Amino acid sequence: MADITLRVNGSEKKVSVSPETPLLWVLRDTLELTGTKFGCGAGLCGACTVHVDGNPIRSCSTPISQVAGKSVTTIEGLGVNGLHVLQQAWIAEEVPQCGYCQTGQIMSAAALLAKTPNPTDDQITQAMNGNLCRCGTYERIRKAIHRAAGNGGAR
Amino acid sequence: MSPLSRREFVGAGIAAGAGLVIGFYLPHGQGSRQESFSPNAYLRITPDNKVTIVVARSEMGQGIRTALPMILAEELEADWKQIEIEQAGASTLFGDQTTGGSASIRTTWDPMRKAGAIAREMLISAAALTWGVPRSACAAENGRINHAATNRSLSYGELVTKAATLPIPSDVPLKQSKDYKIVGQRLARVDSPAKVKGEAVFGIDLRIPEMKYAVLSRCPVIGGKASSFDDKESKKITGVSYVGKIGDSAVAVVADSVWGAMEGRRVLNVTWDEGPNKDLNTAAVTASLKQAASKKAANLYSAGEPAKVSGRHISAEYSLPFMAHAPMEPGNCTAHFQGTKCELWAPTQVPQDCRDSVATAIGLDPDQVKVNVTLMGGGFGRRLEHDYAVEAALVSKAINGPVKVLWTRDDDMRSSTYRPASLHQLSAALDASGLPVGLTHRIIAPSISGQKGQPVPNGVDPDMPDEAGPVYGIPNYLIEYVQAETPVPLGWMRSVYALQAAFALESFIDELAVAAGKDPLKYRLQLLAKDQDLSYFTTTWHTARMRGVLQLAAEKSGWDKPLPAGRYRGVACFGCFASYMAEVVEITMENDQPRVHRVVAAVDCGQVVNPSILEQQIQGGIVYGLANALRAKITIEKGRVVQGNFDDYAPLRMDETPTVEVYAVPSAESPTGIGEPSVPPIAPALCNAIYTATKKRIRALPILS
Repeated sequence: MADITLRVNGSEKKVSVSPETPLLWVLRDTLELTGTKFGCGAGLCGACTVHVDGNPIRSCSTPISQVAGKSVTTIEGLGVNGLHVLQQAWIAEEVPQCGYCQTGQIMSAAALLAKTPNPTDDQITQAMNGNLCRCGTYERIRKAIHRAAGNGGAR
Repeated sequence: MSPLSRREFVGAGIAAGAGLVIGFYLPHGQGSRQESFSPNAYLRITPDNKVTIVVARSEMGQGIRTALPMILAEELEADWKQIEIEQAGASTLFGDQTTGGSASIRTTWDPMRKAGAIAREMLISAAALTWGVPRSACAAENGRINHAATNRSLSYGELVTKAATLPIPSDVPLKQSKDYKIVGQRLARVDSPAKVKGEAVFGIDLRIPEMKYAVLSRCPVIGGKASSFDDKESKKITGVSYVGKIGDSAVAVVADSVWGAMEGRRVLNVTWDEGPNKDLNTAAVTASLKQAASKKAANLYSAGEPAKVSGRHISAEYSLPFMAHAPMEPGNCTAHFQGTKCELWAPTQVPQDCRDSVATAIGLDPDQVKVNVTLMGGGFGRRLEHDYAVEAALVSKAINGPVKVLWTRDDDMRSSTYRPASLHQLSAALDASGLPVGLTHRIIAPSISGQKGQPVPNGVDPDMPDEAGPVYGIPNYLIEYVQAETPVPLGWMRSVYALQAAFALESFIDELAVAAGKDPLKYRLQLLAKDQDLSYFTTTWHTARMRGVLQLAAEKSGWDKPLPAGRYRGVACFGCFASYMAEVVEITMENDQPRVHRVVAAVDCGQVVNPSILEQQIQGGIVYGLANALRAKITIEKGRVVQGNFDDYAPLRMDETPTVEVYAVPSAESPTGIGEPSVPPIAPALCNAIYTATKKRIRALPILS
């Protein structure tokens, strides 16, 4: 066991877990932030995507020890004042079906827009290709990202 | 029980339910009998003008929490903005609650409409009595009853106290399609905001006080058992509190965190009795299908005598592998056993089956088991099983406390139930014009229901009536089914046998068109030229409606217009779950592999309830079906499932996803299935396009194997 301190959605959190515990399970079980999902446990599906110091990472394959002292943003902390422009676009385009993968999709999209406010189709595909959706919502995801980009992107 | 066999009880169950619950259906203790108006189990209106609609089917992404309430709200003349949705758990009030077989809308269209209409008529009566005016002078609109002559108006909330005292009418008028204000609109789904905020509670997210987490080590060999286990190393993992056998073939590791349970399982040492299937492999499965092919078949559909027809004979054989559902949310269930009762929170398509199976497994009566239905991260049929619920209840009983059983992705891939592998033998006789005068389709596949010990009456798997019907009015036409056997666990996977039946039939029809030297779409239209009603079990298939979707797909895809160099088209059509579907795909070939750019899908599913959700279901079904066609394949070696995660069982990603255009034939017919019918035509449409591009005929899925 180890005491590890990190920032989650702007607040400092101290957790006492074994250092190899994946960030995913610390977020879900310890901090009760269940918007981040478990899909594959192997970095293959992207359902567990969160931002560490602004970069999208797969929390299922990231030991908590690697994020000590760092700043983590989850879906719960994405919209600083109400809904993030991507969340609004997701609703406007009616993207979610089952919705399970969508928080990970939105986190990947948010990281894309932060660096590339007006992405091309190719840039969207490249950024989003690691996120699986078994309901097949990809076409609407693409539309929602374009819509969000048109509405100011990374806000 | 299969979705189909359960469905047969729906009608009677609903009718009885609606009558039984009058006046005393008060879930969550909201309001008292006097205060709330609840003429049936689906609806509750309270004096504060809240209209609560109860959804008795499970939401797995198909939009049912939005679509079913729309139907009731339409007849109620409700203000959609005042509607609140409540999810029913396992109940005795709603008939069969199985969510499967693309059946939720088509089997509850009438009950939901009547539930709304009864309440509307009673509210009109209540207003008429309040004002002392004739009923005929009062009208319901947007959550109010109005008396136009005196410009008076009361909200539904203001009328519930009086309405609750009135007799419930048995015969109520239903609205005409042309008067619909809610049904047919692109209303926003009720569940989207919570889902994009990360606030939606799926089964995996649900927490109850003192809850532990469990993962199970299951025998890797199909049908094997756990002989013994050594938990010395497991117990050293922080937080592991219990290790014990669950049933014959699994050992549970319980901890105070998911990670602790997973780590405990990683170092657990189980000795397995691998049982009778330890040498089973895919080749043996394939061989057993071939062997079964010569067995006596059961007739599914029979017209004329195809065996006696003369002409140019053509035959071909098609085959498909086992496939896995692989929903994004792995299996899980939360259970709290408390001696004489057990409560479950299950992401399930079969709450009643979970209740009954759990009761049997832990020695309680079904009414001592409460099943709450959570949101599901996809279902696709995997959650028509009850294994996750039974495991959770058994572990909870073993530790005498609340627990969540969680499956990992590997568990989901390797200990699942699978779409049956199948073999298809087709033969046809063509007349001088190249059209088939005789056609036989022999389907050889193990029976899902049969394997589960359910009836297979006269050798007909009970799913076949929804999924293997005739498409064309060929004068001598035989569809038959041979029940094969396999030890590989089988499950109902999105579109079930329709995927196999359509792949074989619609590839074969394309072969016939090629043999006849005709355009494959015009060839199909020629086969559908005459209006015919093809009676198949309880469904009547109309060639006119199939022709309608084909023509719509042809028109919207620009079938008659030339494509740019290097682009090729393919077409297929099929009917299942009482809906008609045609799809045209456009591909290029890159390094001998197809790239699908565009799919034009035309559907006739009767009245469309919500066009946006319809589009979601069809786009999603096509993406799901493309993954099935291109790569989905579960193989068996030494009795074990080979594939374990999304690397060796790879779903479609964004880079492979085509644009999908969806067109619905305008219709006021009763709505039919939409969750599954878009899946079957995509594989043959794609393979037919590949043939056009390469002159290579694909007769075995997956394409990229």
